[in-house]
Amino acid sequence: MINAEMIKEKYVRNHPSPFCPGCGGGMVLNAMSRAVEKSGLEKEDVAAVSGIGCAAWIPSPHWRVDTLHTTHGRAVAFASGIKIANRDLEVMVVSGDGDCAGIGGNHLLHGARNNIDLNVLMVNNGLYAMTGGQVAPTTEHGEETLTTPHGNPSSSFEAAEVVKAAGASHVARWTTYHMDELIEEVEKAINTEGFSFIEVLAQCPTRKGKKEGMDGLDMLEWYKNNTSKEKDRDKLYVGTLADIERPELTQEIYRQIEGFRGD
Amino acid sequence: MMNPGEYFIEGNIACAEAAMKAGVKFFGGYPITPASEIMNHLSDELPKVGGRFVQMEDEIASIASVIGSSWTGLKSMTATSGPGFSLMQENLGYAVMTETPCVIVNVQRAGPSTGQATKPGTGDVMQSRFGSQGDYEIIALSPNSAQEMFDQTVRAFNLAERYRTPVVMLADAGVGQMREKVTIPGEVEGEERKRPTSDEKEFFDTDDEDYVPPMPDFGDGYELLVTGSTHLGDGTRDTASFSAQDRLVRRLVAKIEENRTEIEDWEEHHVEGADLVVVSYGSMSRPAKGAVQKAREDGKDVGFFRPKTMWPSPEKRLKEIGKNSKVLLVELSLRGYRMEVERCVGSEDFYVHDRLNSLPTIEEVHQKIEEVLR
Repeated sequence: MINAEMIKEKYVRNHPSPFCPGCGGGMVLNAMSRAVEKSGLEKEDVAAVSGIGCAAWIPSPHWRVDTLHTTHGRAVAFASGIKIANRDLEVMVVSGDGDCAGIGGNHLLHGARNNIDLNVLMVNNGLYAMTGGQVAPTTEHGEETLTTPHGNPSSSFEAAEVVKAAGASHVARWTTYHMDELIEEVEKAINTEGFSFIEVLAQCPTRKGKKEGMDGLDMLEWYKNNTSKEKDRDKLYVGTLADIERPELTQEIYRQIEGFRGD
Repeated sequence: MMNPGEYFIEGNIACAEAAMKAGVKFFGGYPITPASEIMNHLSDELPKVGGRFVQMEDEIASIASVIGSSWTGLKSMTATSGPGFSLMQENLGYAVMTETPCVIVNVQRAGPSTGQATKPGTGDVMQSRFGSQGDYEIIALSPNSAQEMFDQTVRAFNLAERYRTPVVMLADAGVGQMREKVTIPGEVEGEERKRPTSDEKEFFDTDDEDYVPPMPDFGDGYELLVTGSTHLGDGTRDTASFSAQDRLVRRLVAKIEENRTEIEDWEEHHVEGADLVVVSYGSMSRPAKGAVQKAREDGKDVGFFRPKTMWPSPEKRLKEIGKNSKVLLVELSLRGYRMEVERCVGSEDFYVHDRLNSLPTIEEVHQKIEEVLR
């Protein structure tokens, strides 16, 4: 039976948590663990790759699978090497919004274009939290951050829409308020042969909540009140954005190799 | 893959063939002159021997994919030139820190920046050792012929696996794109990485005399923690303690430094007691060697010394040479290896003949030898 104790025992290493009180990081770890458990995968067949930032610390060192904690922004590229080298591994990428859509944006685009069979969770807190709360590509226009004290002169983009346009098989958006849906979506990503991208809006009470007078729970409330599972113009859509079949890079590479074996 | 025999081929093709002989099963790369022939050739041939070839979106991704692949147990490589090598520096340091075996071929061209893409140079020698941040040591090899593009590629894989480290092949456009006779052997000696033997839990520390910890693969069930952050023996990140930083970084440096006599390699002729020793490497060493021969035909006591490992440098031998002879460094760059050679042989009686863009004639180097001896 899947319960909290069993998930903790099987999937979480006994390390002190680096996360601030009320952080969404632990909830993402919980969702990934439950999804893997539900999918029936063996833990040794799962590899987790992350870059730099708070979100990168979700799998490393906490998740009890093989983990590769890499350089800033490059997780998708490292993960691609693992997947192409050993297609039997189920490769998860956990990356913050700055890591994934900022410094790592080009790898994200081409991972989606290649439709390589990775499961990317972009944990979006809307700023660079680990370094103190600087503006990110996901920070809204006009918002004040550590490096936009007079309001963000730049504009954000919808990373999920960009990834969809680049050709990923499976694209979705959820928040840490939507735990059941998130678990189900990660399981769907695991079962998708192709690039799966799940944007997870996750609260950062320390860098974002505090300046707006919100704690972690308030931020979850905010997600509840400002998102919609219906395409509603006034609220942010949560749910599946793309679910398509396209050739997947790893299978194509192996198909060519097998063609030369002549068996 | 070519059958054993003699061929008239480019150095870059010899490199690609050697990689397959050495057992490469993953290549991730990005096009760049004058290294592309390695990738072009492997894109065609590697799938035929069961290897995975992928062209990535840039050089940062190329080396990242190579490191990822190596952690699944495959011998993995990339090939590039100056601008791409610059982009790879951060992840090269990551490979050092995580002790990931891999081979990075840098077919050097004339720099800095875009420079002259089709012209040879050796300006990346110091970068290959110091280009990534922090304290580390690296292994870098220097071939001077198409045959050595083959032989040293094999050695690069063996050293990478033996010492669990990235190995840089510092070729140059001269040897990479030169076509000459290459003998391809039937078999080559292949080194395999040290694997865990039983229920070991430490893959990032060791008391072994060679400083090399065993390395399992992803998927083996070890629940590996691999990180570019400072880490303990079991891989746990430790970003604060003195002991973790001190123990790890000292071992990473010692792993190369303390094994240097096994790693160092060079060619020398008539060095003992010579009035002058010409030191040269890469494609430039060929006219340099010709000039030494010419001087010897004239009855001059001139020796020839060619490092085949740039890093670790043949420091001890260079120091001995510096004590007994004048030294003339002949190189295809202004700042390539100069600081290291001068450090070893001393500034007194140290001379340089540097040149950019193209190889000199034997006569040009010979004139310099005469000048130094005068």
